[in-house]
Amino acid sequence: MINKDLQLNEFLFSSGVTNIATRDGYGEGLLSLAQENENIVVLTADLAESTRVDKFEEKYPDRFFECGISEQNMVAVAAGLGVTGKRVFTSSYATFSPGKNWETIRTTVCYNDSDVKIAGHHAGIMTAQDGATHQATEDIALVRCLPNMKVFVPADYFEAIRITEYVGKIYGPAYIRFSREKTPVITTEKTPFEPGENFSYWVSDKPECIIFATGYLLYFSLLAAKKLKEEGIEVEVVNVSSIKPINEENIVNKVKDVRKVVTVEDHQVAGGMGSMISEILSKECPSQISFMGLQDRFGESGKSFELVSKFGLDDVGIKNTVLNLLKK
Amino acid sequence: MPSDISDKKVKFLEEKALEIRELIIEMLLNAGSGHSAGPLGMADVFSSLYFHTLNHIPSKPDWEERDRLVLSNGHICPVRYAAMALSGYFPLSELKTLRQLGSRLQGHPHRTSLPGLETTSGPLGEGVSQAIGIALAGKMNKKDYHVYVVTGDGEHDEGNIWESVMMGARYKLDNLTVIIDRNNIQIDGFTEDVMPLESLKNKYESFGWHAEDIDGNNIREIVLTLDKVKTIHEMPSVIIARTIPGKGVHFMENNYYWHGNPPNKEQAKMAMKDLRTLKNKIESEY
Repeated sequence: MINKDLQLNEFLFSSGVTNIATRDGYGEGLLSLAQENENIVVLTADLAESTRVDKFEEKYPDRFFECGISEQNMVAVAAGLGVTGKRVFTSSYATFSPGKNWETIRTTVCYNDSDVKIAGHHAGIMTAQDGATHQATEDIALVRCLPNMKVFVPADYFEAIRITEYVGKIYGPAYIRFSREKTPVITTEKTPFEPGENFSYWVSDKPECIIFATGYLLYFSLLAAKKLKEEGIEVEVVNVSSIKPINEENIVNKVKDVRKVVTVEDHQVAGGMGSMISEILSKECPSQISFMGLQDRFGESGKSFELVSKFGLDDVGIKNTVLNLLKK
Repeated sequence: MPSDISDKKVKFLEEKALEIRELIIEMLLNAGSGHSAGPLGMADVFSSLYFHTLNHIPSKPDWEERDRLVLSNGHICPVRYAAMALSGYFPLSELKTLRQLGSRLQGHPHRTSLPGLETTSGPLGEGVSQAIGIALAGKMNKKDYHVYVVTGDGEHDEGNIWESVMMGARYKLDNLTVIIDRNNIQIDGFTEDVMPLESLKNKYESFGWHAEDIDGNNIREIVLTLDKVKTIHEMPSVIIARTIPGKGVHFMENNYYWHGNPPNKEQAKMAMKDLRTLKNKIESEY
């Protein structure tokens, strides 16, 4: 059942559930941060509107810098600002930042320990009709291997606000991953977010399988959990919005009596959230894991939810994956 | 702003440049790896910066009002480390730890290891962008500090450089000066063979920068040009400093082998002799 302690959206399972994009939460989060802290600075590389920093630009023109289409330059300029006491958010698409400018991030942001936040927008196949060139499906792998870097993937609009506000209040490099598409609102303003802690959104006294989901796919995982329960199968669903830092003990405790795990992400299965979960579990709690995500292939053009179904990442696909795992 | 500089001051800066060169040879011999030609060629520029141009307090490396010196071509860091030690940022004895385990003097500069460094560098093409960030912050905070960036000429092959050159002009950063070590060599050969750069001056001017082309081994010219560009408003400046790679050591000069190699013991001895006798122009006890 839904974890009532988390005060989630009570209309989560209704057909009229509200859909808002996580990138809108980012824009909102920046505005509230800017109001409190005059050192918040925003940079973009010709993507102000689609990365939702246009309102910031309008309200705080003196703290906004347009860098043109130059993601390497943008992130290194941010690194320069970030060592002077400014707290800088760079906004671009994840395929370009951290895709195109990865080494610049490695050297000038992470190794240099500059106060720079990388907002990677249009991540995953959810970028839809633009096609695979614009669907970042490798970005989590790229950033989570970088020392000093924190990595977060909000599951919905409200969590996007909370995570943006959180990283805006701490020093140092951080990456936040956002989707283009409007996705169901899962949480409320009262739902807790704690860095490193990943809460179980669907709980059970005796789960047969633990589902770890990241980003908007948490929604489809919760739908799958509900359907499974209707068939008498108990699972637990964990929202892995905090990829790094992560409380490893917490992950192990959730799995140790179950040992059957499904990971769900809109990302390549190599190097992503599922890889991270398996790295943790293989140390102390070896488990059977089904990795859901892109299986070493690129996405393609199509409508967003069509693509989610095609790649088997919807509630039906997740439910079937759980059933298959339980047969093993 | 001085329009000239006394002969005495020039002599002092030349002596400091010579000391920097000697320290570079000692450091590289000790380390057993590193770049020789670039640091030697830039000793006059670093002497001018650290002992004349920069507004800085070596005992207070975090002083808010300090001028910032960004080293974009991080591989020539021995010249910076030598100039910093001579200025009093850290003891001269620490120079011999270059590239050794546990040293603050990393093979390429690491900002958080050593106070007085403004950025972390090594991978090329990233310094001007970072300097732009620091210069923008200076404008936002209404600070008077000036940001200097030393870059290599070969690193102008990097697209990132030209992205930043466009942005420097876009924001009219007159608190930013780029100094190019125009020594014409890079790892694979002469710059004009590897990937022609000329005319660098025209390129920068067409991008909206004020450009100067000088003898980068002439202290008087360096100092006067650094003074002059501070009077240029509404645009950033570039100084193309034509230097002789390996300057001061006859067998290293203009030979790209020395771009990325250190001297061995015998070569270091010959190099020191060259430096201390100014290529046999003066008598020395050496």
